[in-house]
Amino acid sequence: MYSSRYGLWAAALAVYAFLYLPLAIVVAYSFNDSRLNAEWVGFTWHWYQVLLHDEDMLIAAGNSLLIALVSSLISTVLGTLAGIAIYRYDFKLLNFLVMAPVAMPEILLGVSLLLFYIQVLNLTLGMLSVLLAHIVFSIGFVAIVVRAGLAALDVSIFEAARDLGASPWQTFRHVTYPLILPCMIAGGLMAFTLSIDDFVVTFFTAGVGVQTLPLHIYSMIKTSVTPEVNAVSTLLMLLTLALILAAARFAPDMLKGKY
Amino acid sequence: MAQLEIKNVTRRFGDFVALDNVSLNIEAGEFFTLLGPSGCGKTTLLRMIAGFDMPDAGQILLDGKDLADIPPEKRPIHTVFQSYALFPHLTVAQNITFSLRMARNALSEVNARLQQSLDQMRLAGQADKYPHELSGGQKQRVALARALINRPRLLLLDESLAALDAKLREEVQVELINLQRDIGITFVFVTHAQTEALALSHRIAVLNHGRLEQVDEPSKLYGFPGNRFVADFIGHINQLEAQVLESVHSHLHLSVAGLGDIIAPPLPGAIPGQRGVFSIRPEQVRIGMHNELAELKNHFSGTIQSVLYQGDVSVYRVGLADGVTVEALLPNSAPGRAQLFEAGDTVKVGWRHDAGMLFHD
Repeated sequence: MYSSRYGLWAAALAVYAFLYLPLAIVVAYSFNDSRLNAEWVGFTWHWYQVLLHDEDMLIAAGNSLLIALVSSLISTVLGTLAGIAIYRYDFKLLNFLVMAPVAMPEILLGVSLLLFYIQVLNLTLGMLSVLLAHIVFSIGFVAIVVRAGLAALDVSIFEAARDLGASPWQTFRHVTYPLILPCMIAGGLMAFTLSIDDFVVTFFTAGVGVQTLPLHIYSMIKTSVTPEVNAVSTLLMLLTLALILAAARFAPDMLKGKY
Repeated sequence: MAQLEIKNVTRRFGDFVALDNVSLNIEAGEFFTLLGPSGCGKTTLLRMIAGFDMPDAGQILLDGKDLADIPPEKRPIHTVFQSYALFPHLTVAQNITFSLRMARNALSEVNARLQQSLDQMRLAGQADKYPHELSGGQKQRVALARALINRPRLLLLDESLAALDAKLREEVQVELINLQRDIGITFVFVTHAQTEALALSHRIAVLNHGRLEQVDEPSKLYGFPGNRFVADFIGHINQLEAQVLESVHSHLHLSVAGLGDIIAPPLPGAIPGQRGVFSIRPEQVRIGMHNELAELKNHFSGTIQSVLYQGDVSVYRVGLADGVTVEALLPNSAPGRAQLFEAGDTVKVGWRHDAGMLFHD
């Protein structure tokens, strides 16, 4: 009995080590006072200072933040509308059309968007094309969260609002919107985290016009891996973690239908 | 002219006929109940009156005016939903004043009416609470207050007592009767619980499979059900296979399986040889020892098969000849005695010659 419990603990430990050890190593070596990610020499903030004075890195980070902010805002609005639509209308095709980009392999999405932008829209690849691409893959995620939030509500409250004299717009303004706002925020935060660290779709749709943080990190690794990469990865990890925690704070109450 | 007229309303969902040519008149100030088993169409009819569904054929008129082109938010009709449908993100006060605020009433007017409503519904201390902080009974009163605050012409109640526990339900029934009498607004109540319908209503419409079976006052419905379905659905009733032997002005002479010949109330149009079901309520059946019931024209010998003790009353199942059984309901008015007879006792059962009725096949 007891031995099997120890066995379970050991197995769990092994799995978590497998998941988190690589991340822990990246974080640890960002503080390593050596040019190489080989052996531990001593603690330093040096690589974070290098990071702060790396012009290209800062431009890439600025681009990433801007793209993440704008694309998450736009996809929150569009995703919310899509979420309401698929909740309200029992229309399988609509559901599929909204959700398909979520399930589609990123490489396929990247290639098809690249071809579409160049051959059909005749668009110069750059900030705009990356922005559009990020909106495309974020809408579905927001829609899923918003629809789940709506599904957790008592359907009759929307009828109750109309029954009490609220026009369709008043029903949205005074009942639907305040009730799904936490889901919209959670969905928006998810969209932000998806956008800021996206590589595959961005790689295909950025061209040479714009450099984002993940693209920049990739190009740095191609030449040489310095602990500066570890430092920027650590910061990105922290930001993502903070956003996910924030999203989780908004989402669970909603998804339990308690709010 | 009745306040609400339902004229030949039919509603189909695919092949399923939810309502089949139903016509009803509901008078102003009436407590009217739509009663029937689940799937009988009562909720569909309520949703049509509220405006959430439309008839395939027929008309619904309020004060003589056709409601067909009027959306739910424009109808002077409010609903108390089965789940109450309180807005979870709004306080009690915000919930109650919702309709006034949507209609952009002046704030002073809104607050005055809110105060009045909170007092009337005994919600004075609850104004700033959220729905999830309220008890079931309080939620129900908030839902009522919210639906009544702008004085609708008609209040619809959709199984509105179903979510309350039995003890509270009785209290709320009394409150509902008093409230309706005080404010004089027409109530249309939907329920599948016949005791609730009998206790609350001025008139009851019994629906079954989308058809209107009978519309009547509670005591008429219970005492003189128009057909077998109504007799069986409202309360309990013994049903015995019977054949008419003789039909005269003053009574019927029936042959009932297991009982032999009995005398029953007259049924106009009954002819000798006709088959049917003789129905009698358990509380009309009496049980006695030996020759106690000899003065009754209908009395038979039997054996007590089982006793169901219910506190105030006991239900006795009495076996007669040929495997026929009848149920009798006797009050346990003698203190401390759980039952008057025990299983296995040989007894006499009987009932008055003017009790019960025949429904023909």
